[in-house]
Amino acid sequence: MKNRAKLLAYPYILWMAIFIVIPLLLVFFYSVTSGNIHEPKSLSFTLEHYSKFFDMLYLNVIWKSFRLAVISTVLCLLMGYPVAFVISQSKQHHRNLLLLFFLLPIWMNFLLRTYAWMAILSPNGFLNKALELLGLPPIEIMPGQTAVVLGMVYNFLPFMVLPIYTVLSKIDKNVLEAAMDLGANRVITFIKVILPLSVPGIITGITMVFMPAVSTFVISRLLGGGKELLIGNLIEQQFTIYRDWHFGSALSIILMIMILVSMAVMSKVDKNSEEGRASMW
Amino acid sequence: MSQKIIELKNLTKSYDGTKVVNNINLFIRENEFVTLLGPSGCGKTTTLRMIGGFENPDTGDIFFEGNRINDLPPYKRNINTIFQRYALFTHMNVYENIAFGLRIKKTPRDEMDRKIKKMLKLVELEGFEKRHVDSLSGGQQQRVAIARALVNEPKVLLLDEPLAALDLKLRKEMQIELSDMQKNIGITFIYVTHDQEEALTMSDTVVVMNNGLIQQVGSPVDIYNEPENRFVADFIGESNILEGIMIEDFLVEFAGKKFNCVDKGFQHNEPVDVVIRPEDIDVTEPEDGHIRGIVISVVFKGVHYEMLVESNDFEYMINSTDMQEIGSEVGLSFGPEDIHVMKRG
Repeated sequence: MKNRAKLLAYPYILWMAIFIVIPLLLVFFYSVTSGNIHEPKSLSFTLEHYSKFFDMLYLNVIWKSFRLAVISTVLCLLMGYPVAFVISQSKQHHRNLLLLFFLLPIWMNFLLRTYAWMAILSPNGFLNKALELLGLPPIEIMPGQTAVVLGMVYNFLPFMVLPIYTVLSKIDKNVLEAAMDLGANRVITFIKVILPLSVPGIITGITMVFMPAVSTFVISRLLGGGKELLIGNLIEQQFTIYRDWHFGSALSIILMIMILVSMAVMSKVDKNSEEGRASMW
Repeated sequence: MSQKIIELKNLTKSYDGTKVVNNINLFIRENEFVTLLGPSGCGKTTTLRMIGGFENPDTGDIFFEGNRINDLPPYKRNINTIFQRYALFTHMNVYENIAFGLRIKKTPRDEMDRKIKKMLKLVELEGFEKRHVDSLSGGQQQRVAIARALVNEPKVLLLDEPLAALDLKLRKEMQIELSDMQKNIGITFIYVTHDQEEALTMSDTVVVMNNGLIQQVGSPVDIYNEPENRFVADFIGESNILEGIMIEDFLVEFAGKKFNCVDKGFQHNEPVDVVIRPEDIDVTEPEDGHIRGIVISVVFKGVHYEMLVESNDFEYMINSTDMQEIGSEVGLSFGPEDIHVMKRG
């Protein structure tokens, strides 16, 4: 019976092997070799692509990617938590509608949404037209880092709201009543009970926003106007413009390791604050 | 008699147009163990939650030591609650759970330690301070919830079906422990349950509720022996409830016969309900009983047999330690004091 059920996982295992494990191994293989890809005999082992990365030029790109991703994640958290909290506290039949409003943008294509931001923020865009009508000076944030951050926050905010909402809505109302019963007013109840109990949702939200934010190349290219080079753009360029698959692969591996390390740190924080608490969903 | 600590006056609460609590008047004395008893949906939990401050009454007033507390939020009431599913803080260990209320009151560390130690001793969980609440059994979690409430030294403890989630054996143990605890620490307990046996075992006073109305208030013995109406008689234990006519004081007619009884104060020939408890009926030889009937079922219940005897289209339930054969003819006999007459209502 148990073994039969295992069979159901085989299609995915096959899928994973073909489309995830093998490509990953290939990426790793390229990252530690040099030579002509089309002539396997010319390939030789090297770590030069990794050492090439430790150049101020590239380190700056990584630093900027992390900085913008952290800023976007923090903004998403600051805006998303109150929203998730309000939705979780609202009446049952209002909840789904409210939630829908926040998830609606995901239903539209990611590229379309980002192009829409271009139309709004560009020097001759809707925003500046509106300001002009009001007799105000135009603002020039696009192309620039502010526009990139705005784009990231807009695109990834739902991924912060949803997990936090899920955790908050699962908190037993009786537990909040128990806190009030024991003398805690609403503020203390929030700080001492609701916030600690929602940490798993916060961790998931941060993960789900930070990961795509740190590796994005579409948002930074469209809203950064090609000036704001992030690690995602750097990797893309290696493959599409410079045709240096080896260095591109090494950069991909480095980014992956950095994300893995950040996630490991996060899950450590999660464990410490919520020892022994079951799953976050 | 001791002071009234809580008084409910004309308390009403509706949900979606249905009156869940309908104009209730009740007072509870200091150090009393009061149980609100009734089937689910009778309004007992809503009444408790209004006392705790978790629901606001639509109309009516709640008094605590003579002061109206309607508008006081839960955290300002000197009342603590034990919730049905414990409602422990799963992100804290046992010590921190119990310390929650004390920390808010900014209790000094050494005093807090002392109080928590004393509480853990009371609920027999010494040495569990550092344990995570998820790792405790249901009974242990319930004890933590009790300690967490009692450590604040409330004047009134509200208990919302606190034992419902425990298995039978543990429930019986906790029943005894809770009533011992209540006597030892001397505070008022208001206890909500749908389990009539639990109510009768533990309480000083039982308040029977149905459809948002109080049916009867009295000691467990009164409630059992002198139910005021059909609902109470039926809800508290098994009963044989027959329709009868009160011919005059101390004389009632039912099952086609006249019986002497100990009830009075009814009108001449007033239609009444007559209650006879299953354990008050004696099985005799057919010719020796007041009523003749045929045994139609026998169920072994451990200590006794539960038998149904049919006579004149009425099935009498009888609890007896002597078994009769199914189909045999028997006589049923009972004394005047076993007959309880209630107003028809």
